[in-house]
Amino acid sequence: MSAETAAPAGDLPAIRLDAPRAAALGAIARKEAPALKARVENLSFWYGDKQALFDISMPIHERRVTALIGPSGCGKSTLLRCFNRMHDLYPGNRYAGRIVLEPEGIDIIAPKTDPMIPRLRIGMVFQKPNPFPKSIYENVAAGLRIRGVRNRAILDEQVEKSLRRAALWEEVKDRLHASAYDLSGGQQQRLCIARALAPEPELLLLDEPTSALDPIATAHIEALIDELRENYTIVIVTHNMQQAARVSQYTAFLHLGKLIEFGPTEEVFTRPRKSMTQDYITGRFG
Amino acid sequence: MATAPIAAETLRFVRRSRQRDLWFATLALVILFAACLTLFGLIADLVIRGAPHIDRDFFTSYPSRRPADAGILSAWVGTVVVMAVTAVIAIPLGVAAGVYLEEYARRSLFTDIIEINIANLAAVPSIIYGLLALGLFVYGAGFGSTILTAGVTLALLILPVIIVATREALRSLPREMREGAFALGADRWQVVSMFLLPAARPGIMTGVIVGLSRAIGETAPLITIGALTFIAFLPPPPFTPEFPWISLDWLWSPFTVLPIQMFNWVSRPQPAFHELAAAAGVVLLALTLVMNGLAIYIRYRDRARRVLG
Ligand SMILES: Nc1ncnc2c1ncn2[C@@H]1O[C@H](COP(=O)(O)OP(=O)(O)OP(=O)(O)O)[C@@H](O)[C@H]1O
Ligand SMILES: [Mg+2]
Repeated sequence: MSAETAAPAGDLPAIRLDAPRAAALGAIARKEAPALKARVENLSFWYGDKQALFDISMPIHERRVTALIGPSGCGKSTLLRCFNRMHDLYPGNRYAGRIVLEPEGIDIIAPKTDPMIPRLRIGMVFQKPNPFPKSIYENVAAGLRIRGVRNRAILDEQVEKSLRRAALWEEVKDRLHASAYDLSGGQQQRLCIARALAPEPELLLLDEPTSALDPIATAHIEALIDELRENYTIVIVTHNMQQAARVSQYTAFLHLGKLIEFGPTEEVFTRPRKSMTQDYITGRFG
Repeated sequence: MATAPIAAETLRFVRRSRQRDLWFATLALVILFAACLTLFGLIADLVIRGAPHIDRDFFTSYPSRRPADAGILSAWVGTVVVMAVTAVIAIPLGVAAGVYLEEYARRSLFTDIIEINIANLAAVPSIIYGLLALGLFVYGAGFGSTILTAGVTLALLILPVIIVATREALRSLPREMREGAFALGADRWQVVSMFLLPAARPGIMTGVIVGLSRAIGETAPLITIGALTFIAFLPPPPFTPEFPWISLDWLWSPFTVLPIQMFNWVSRPQPAFHELAAAAGVVLLALTLVMNGLAIYIRYRDRARRVLG
């Protein structure tokens, strides 16, 4: 267990301002190979009687971007939503296997693991921007307020920092207390990214974050992902092969709920081991 | 370029359909117009007969045997006080029950039974609530025929309305909002109190006001629990000059309310009292309209603000 998670009782564990960056700098200084942030082990998942994921195993490398690609309905969102136990919100869903979150090695999907534990440490950005019907400021501050932060100075600082990271600060700094609904779709999505970043998650889940955006906003967010990689571990679902190639270091190709291929993005895209991957990447099906 | 003429059969078919539409629209308009006109006539009649009697004395005088001296002081105070008790009990209970059923309870036979019960409770005739309250609160709990009993009884009566409105308001929120809040690590209480309730507030408020508008006009259950029809004093004041400065004695006071006062006046033979009843009716109607206006205003304001909570 790292020092910053062993917070004194009463302090909320998930607020670890700047801890990921410190850890990142340490690792770079020591020239370590990327450690694992999480391991998916023999993961299967059922929506009621319908099995949606079949025995998936793959690593999630720390401070790297892992892309999930595959044809529509192959289970990308389903897999992503296992990481923060979103499926627990609906009755009848069932997991099997393990998702181990490092460094403590806790099994995220074990029934005895309170779903709040992964959710407090893992941020998520949804496919459709889903800001709360609150002000821009309160949207970004929401994660901190949930963790019991009341100190105005800390809130102000984190809100500004997160909005800057999400490349939104300049556009909204003069109207932080306007409704988030007044923002454009692209701005709303960046706001949701800022909201996810504010509590400094260890792992960031992005479900097609640019599917509702125009090319300029998309470029913004891709640049942002590249920057975030210094401090965060990211898993991104994308339908866009170029995007996967541009932003990720590892790629997982799924088909009909099964993991067909996993590897460094460069290898998956230039010399895939499976012909099915080749066909999908070159646009022959999917 | 020659085009083939449209088949006569098609034209006839289209004409027949259009005619049918026209018939229906005309009929509906006539019925709607008749209904509106009747309502408008009733209100106009009430206002014409009642309005001349509404002056300051009407609000500051107790009922009296002489129509010229009679007023609605005890009645409107009673209505306001009973409504306050009703709201204080029904709103927190109803919203809490709605939140529990919608956000906390897992679907089970138990919740299904509760659901059916609530749906049916909303349809129970109000006098049944009066009978229930008579046995349960007046005699059973020993509350007597007091403001407290009236408030509790009317609160029970409108509880289903508020529960259903709360559930519907919560259910209509997009699931993305819940997911977004849970994904940030919120516990259920935080999701409800920080995100769902503020967003559902317009819908809940509408339900609350619909419920209170129903309660404000209720007569039967209050007569059943023993409301007085002639009362020439006010409940004791809620504030006292000595410690502890507030007093709840007024809860134990006998009472009357506007619709009962109206009922009393209407059942007298003298036409002068009938006009007073119309005047009290205008006041009651105005109160209801103000409440409905408030509901519309709240809904409109929250929609316009788009920053809730
Ligand atoms: N709530 C649900 N109940 C039952 N089946 C579901 C549910 N959600 C998804 N599925 C099914 O699970 C499979 C995987 O769906 P998922 O949403 O993970 O696909 P996806 O890869 O994200 O697709 P897309 O690229 O279109 O978003 C699909 O066959 C889908 O029909
Ligand atoms: Mg999806």
